[in-house]
Amino acid sequence: MLLVQFLLLSAVLFCIGVYGVLARRNGVMVLMSIELILNAVNINFVAFGAFNGTVTGEVFALFVIAIAAAEVGVGLAIVLLIFRNKRSVDLSDVDLMKG
Amino acid sequence: MGSLFILGAEGPTEFVDIAGWFLENAWIIPALPAISFVIILFFGKKLPYKGAEIGITAVGLAFILSVLTAGQWMNQVDNAHGSEGGHGEEAALVLVDDDIELASAEADSEAAAFFAEEGEEGHSVVGRNAVVERFTWWENGGVEFKVGIMVDGLTVMMLFVVTLISLLVHIYSTDYVDGDRRYTHYFAFLSLFTASMLFFVLSENVLQMIVGWELVGVCSFALIGHWWEEKPNSDAALKAFLTNRVGDMGLLIGMIILFWSANSWSIIDINEAAIGHDIGHTTLFIASLCLTAAVMSKSGQFVLHTWLPDAMAGPTPVSALIHAATMVVAGIYMVARLYGVFWEGYSIAGSSFNILALVGSVTLVGAGLLAFVQDDIKKVLAYSTVSQLGYMCMALGVGAWTAAVFHLFTHAFFKAGLFLGAGSVSHSVHSFDMKTHMGGMRKFMPKTFATFMICTIALMGLPPLAGFWSKDEILVGTGGWGFFGGTSANGSYTFALVMGIIGAALTCAYMTRVIYLTFFGEWRGAEHMHHDDHGDGHDDDHGHAHEPHESGPRILIPLYILSFMAIVAGFFNLPPGFITGSEEGWQERFFHYVEPVSSYFPAIKHGVPSYSLAIFATIVALLGAFASYYYFFVRVNRQSPAATELANGLTSTNKVARAGHTVLKEKYYLDHLYTDIIAGGTKGPVADAAYWTNQNVIDETVNQVGRTAVSTATFVYETIDQKLVDGAVNLSGSASEGLGEVSRSALQRGKVQQYAAIMFIAATVIAGLLMVFI
Amino acid sequence: MEFDNNWLLSVMTFVPLVGAAIVMAIPKAEEELIKWAALITSLVAAGLGVFLLTDFNYDNAGELQYVADAQWISVINSRYIIGVDGIALPMIALTLLVVPLCIIYTMGHFPEPRNPKALLSLILILETGMLGTFIAQDLILFFVFFEVVLLPMFFMIAVWGGDDRRYASLKFFLYTMFGSALMLVSFLAMYFLADGTIVGDEANTFSMIALSDGATVGIARTSQLWIFAGMFVGFGVKVPMFPFHTWLPDAHTQAPTVGSVILAAVLLKLGTYGFIRIAIPMLPEAAAAWAPFIGLLAVIGIIYGALGCLAQTDMKRLIAFSSVAHMGFVMLGISTLTDFGINAAVFGMVAHGLITGMLFFIAGSVKDRYHTLDMARLGGLLISAPRMGWILGFCAMASLGLPGLAGFWGEFPAILASYNPAAILPEATFRGYMVVAALGTVLAAGYLLWMLQKTAMGTPKDEFVDNPEITDVKTYEWIAWAPLLALILALGLYPKPLFSTTDDAVVKSLQVNVMDDVPDCLNLDTDQGEACFDDLREQFEAAG
Repeated sequence: MLLVQFLLLSAVLFCIGVYGVLARRNGVMVLMSIELILNAVNINFVAFGAFNGTVTGEVFALFVIAIAAAEVGVGLAIVLLIFRNKRSVDLSDVDLMKG
Repeated sequence: MGSLFILGAEGPTEFVDIAGWFLENAWIIPALPAISFVIILFFGKKLPYKGAEIGITAVGLAFILSVLTAGQWMNQVDNAHGSEGGHGEEAALVLVDDDIELASAEADSEAAAFFAEEGEEGHSVVGRNAVVERFTWWENGGVEFKVGIMVDGLTVMMLFVVTLISLLVHIYSTDYVDGDRRYTHYFAFLSLFTASMLFFVLSENVLQMIVGWELVGVCSFALIGHWWEEKPNSDAALKAFLTNRVGDMGLLIGMIILFWSANSWSIIDINEAAIGHDIGHTTLFIASLCLTAAVMSKSGQFVLHTWLPDAMAGPTPVSALIHAATMVVAGIYMVARLYGVFWEGYSIAGSSFNILALVGSVTLVGAGLLAFVQDDIKKVLAYSTVSQLGYMCMALGVGAWTAAVFHLFTHAFFKAGLFLGAGSVSHSVHSFDMKTHMGGMRKFMPKTFATFMICTIALMGLPPLAGFWSKDEILVGTGGWGFFGGTSANGSYTFALVMGIIGAALTCAYMTRVIYLTFFGEWRGAEHMHHDDHGDGHDDDHGHAHEPHESGPRILIPLYILSFMAIVAGFFNLPPGFITGSEEGWQERFFHYVEPVSSYFPAIKHGVPSYSLAIFATIVALLGAFASYYYFFVRVNRQSPAATELANGLTSTNKVARAGHTVLKEKYYLDHLYTDIIAGGTKGPVADAAYWTNQNVIDETVNQVGRTAVSTATFVYETIDQKLVDGAVNLSGSASEGLGEVSRSALQRGKVQQYAAIMFIAATVIAGLLMVFI
Repeated sequence: MEFDNNWLLSVMTFVPLVGAAIVMAIPKAEEELIKWAALITSLVAAGLGVFLLTDFNYDNAGELQYVADAQWISVINSRYIIGVDGIALPMIALTLLVVPLCIIYTMGHFPEPRNPKALLSLILILETGMLGTFIAQDLILFFVFFEVVLLPMFFMIAVWGGDDRRYASLKFFLYTMFGSALMLVSFLAMYFLADGTIVGDEANTFSMIALSDGATVGIARTSQLWIFAGMFVGFGVKVPMFPFHTWLPDAHTQAPTVGSVILAAVLLKLGTYGFIRIAIPMLPEAAAAWAPFIGLLAVIGIIYGALGCLAQTDMKRLIAFSSVAHMGFVMLGISTLTDFGINAAVFGMVAHGLITGMLFFIAGSVKDRYHTLDMARLGGLLISAPRMGWILGFCAMASLGLPGLAGFWGEFPAILASYNPAAILPEATFRGYMVVAALGTVLAAGYLLWMLQKTAMGTPKDEFVDNPEITDVKTYEWIAWAPLLALILALGLYPKPLFSTTDDAVVKSLQVNVMDDVPDCLNLDTDQGEACFDDLREQFEAAG
């Protein structure tokens, strides 16, 4: 069955993304890991869409790509500002959201 | 007043004649002193003689009216007798009522009952029925309470005695209490007392008797406590009133029983119901017992007599009025009035023992003994009164009704004479103590001495003075003198006869002692004269250290009148056969006019007089007098004219005699029992215990409930409300706060990756859960 | 003059309330004006009362007169029904008499803290409450007025009272509230259980007329007993009956003089009035079952109150305790369930109001002069203030039941009635009560004369000799006292007017179920009587 392979790929990609988000300290790397997660999701959308014979999945994937682009834009801007302020993009140094 | 109803076979006019205006309007007699009381109380102090003149006028008028009433009564009785043969069935009842229909209905039924009875018994009672007048006082629950007058022989006799003695006491008092601190009040209360007593005497029904009885008690309270500044006087007044109240309890209950049993307050109805056996014997017996308690207190019978000697704390004229002649005989009068009840209740006929006779005879001797050890002349006379009342009570108990009432009549005069005589003596020596202030008074006060002697002999019951005749009748009435065939009375009360004879001897003995200590020997008062312990506020012209002197005319004239009555009163009822003559003579006049022959009076028998009994009793009495004479006039006088007892007398040498003397001195310890144990007990421990219970049990329960409520509330507030309920609220607050703190410090560390990790973990968990459960 | 008199009672009752409002509106500085406004208000009410007394149809005293009936709380069918009959009339007259006298007395001598405005308006509010209780013919209305009385009295004691006033006032308030609560429960139970349709009313009704006329006939015996028990406690506390009496001595002792007078003269009567007006006519069967018990508590109260008196050292407290004994006589009369006994009770209520009210007046005046009521320190009142001493003696005599004065006619007929109670009651028991009650008269003489001896007789103690404060009766005291003294004497000499006023109404209140011609169950022997009540219930159930 073709679908399973896509889902497996997507799951691997998702796990790599999660690992990246949780383990990497570099803010840019985290953003890139988020991209991986999003793309894992996109693969699922497209795969299910093809499997079910609808275009809904592809449409959703296009939305996700668009939003991911915007998100990365905002994310990189934040990272850039952090870097400007702290001369570092190490996320363990940033705890401005501390409650 | 409404219209007059006259019943009977003949036309009305005859009955108007028979009844007469004074009999129907006898209510005026008590009304006069009652009005006088009000006038003296409110205006007395402004009058020239401080109210005394009002009192004397009112009582004087009452006396005149009483005499006229008595005259009309005698006339009525005689008229009835005169027409006895001719018309056997005429006048039954004269009844005046404000309620016309009611009166006629009632009168019809009464008349019917009356005629029926007369037919049965076959003896005529014409003209001897009481004159009754009444109107409705108030009504309640269908029961009518009437007020009115009932006039018959007994009533007119009492009216005469009360008003005469009251009048003499009034006159006497104007001198005796002259200058007293409450002269006007004194006369006001004398008037009220007279009014109350007359109201009582005229009672048509027993409720009215209760009212009069209580009013008399209150007046005695006021008069005994006349000098209330000193505690002993107010104590005596209180004691008199409270002791009387104990008896009143019996009176109330007894009268209530009679009322419900006879369904009427009327004395006539109650007597008729009792005689006609409409009331059960047990009920009557209980009622009689209750009423006997009342007699014991009011008429000073053993064991409720103790107030009477103490009551001598009042002014002497009051003692004469209240405690010799009138008030204390209220009990005797009540028994005489309700004789049907006692007659049936105690089954007096054909018996040889009953409570009334027992009480009377014990009192007679017991009080006579007490009179021996008194040093106060008034107390001797007080005990003598108690003893003489015992005679009357005993006489009523044995069925000698006329004898009892006759003794009441004669006793009133000579006892009042003795009291007033004693007052006359004390007026000049300023003391009542025979041993310290008197002696040899006959030299200083010959007139007082003479009257005192006459009254003493009358009291001793020596012929031919008044006391002899009445006492002799009582002894005859006991029916106990069986030896010489002189008896056919109602029962054989031998015990009563024995006590009566002993009592006569005792009376002679203690009166001889009084005579010696007061009038013979040597005057012992010289050294005491400078300090005045007379007690009635005489500090004006009497308190000087001079020899005693004879009293003035306002004191002496009453004494003369009374001693005259003490001589002649006995002749009103000479025994039958004593003086041969027609029936219209002196013989048994008193009996003829006074003893009712009517459906409301029981059919009592009358004892046949006996010379042997009279002679025997007189000899015994003289022996008593002689023994006393020998002791005082011969032995004591020989020892020293100033001595009052033998230095080596029996009481100082003999243990038993001394013990007896002590018992008598202590008045049989009854005062200790009443004052210390009963009254003191009630006032002290019992009341305290009750109050303690109140404060510490009942009230404490209430307080405890209050306190428990408060402490429960405190507990609820502090523990449950503040700690539990509010605590839970606070806890939820603080818990969320703490939780927040924990999560803040643990989770909200600002590490983005940590957040992400949590997010993923949570997502994983949710996903896992979804997988498991869906 | 023929006109509709429905307004009369309402106006009479609410005039004092209006007066209270006026008094409150007057500035505090205008003391004279306040006094006169209060006095005139009470006199206006009394004037209406005089009109009521003259206009009242005495031939028909058994029926309610001046009846007004208006919607009030329609949700629970509670109506504004008022009316007056021969039982209520003397009580109303007593209230209307005592209040002006109290105001006059207060005008002469204000208790500390001096605040005429507050005190007088409280008295006027109190008057409205008392009058309302006597005219109310609806249970809720009755209850409301019954409670209205509490508050002014509470404040009078709490503000103008003696040293221990807080305790006394609180105790008074809570105790009576406790009784009222049970009473209210009983009222509600009757509302739900009785069937007003029998007498042509709505099914659930608070109308006292309907409930006394037989609406309660269908209530099961057990329920009746419980309902009566509730009312018994409610009214018994107010009377007060042993053992609910302990608030009374404290309240009396601590209250200011006028408070004591009103308390003794009228407030205590609310309880006995409740028995006569509500408890007995509405629940005759339960009354018969409870009567021996009530009689027992009454005679215990008589003896107990007398013993309590003997243990006192304080004159006012002694008089307060004597109320327990005297109200015992009233309750004994009521417990006989005979017209005779209840007439006596009503008379006793009036007599006690006059006499004990008078005694409290005297105690107040003595306190004003001597600043103490300790009988060990008093004495010689007859010397220091002779007229007052005589008045005290007169009242003591009246209180101990001297014939010829009013007290006797309350006491003696009650004793008389207890010899022959209603046939349904155990005769022997009540005869026992009679003996105990008679003993109570002896004790009454004991404590009253003892008090008289301690306070009036003897000579004044050194501390009070020549004390200029100790004066004889003053003018305002004469004005306040004379009517009471005159009435004590007048009613004693001629009790007929009062007895004939109450008689018909009392007879009617004892008739079991006025609506039908039914047997007089109370006047049958115990077993037959109970069976008679059962029959009635069965008839009702069969019909309804």
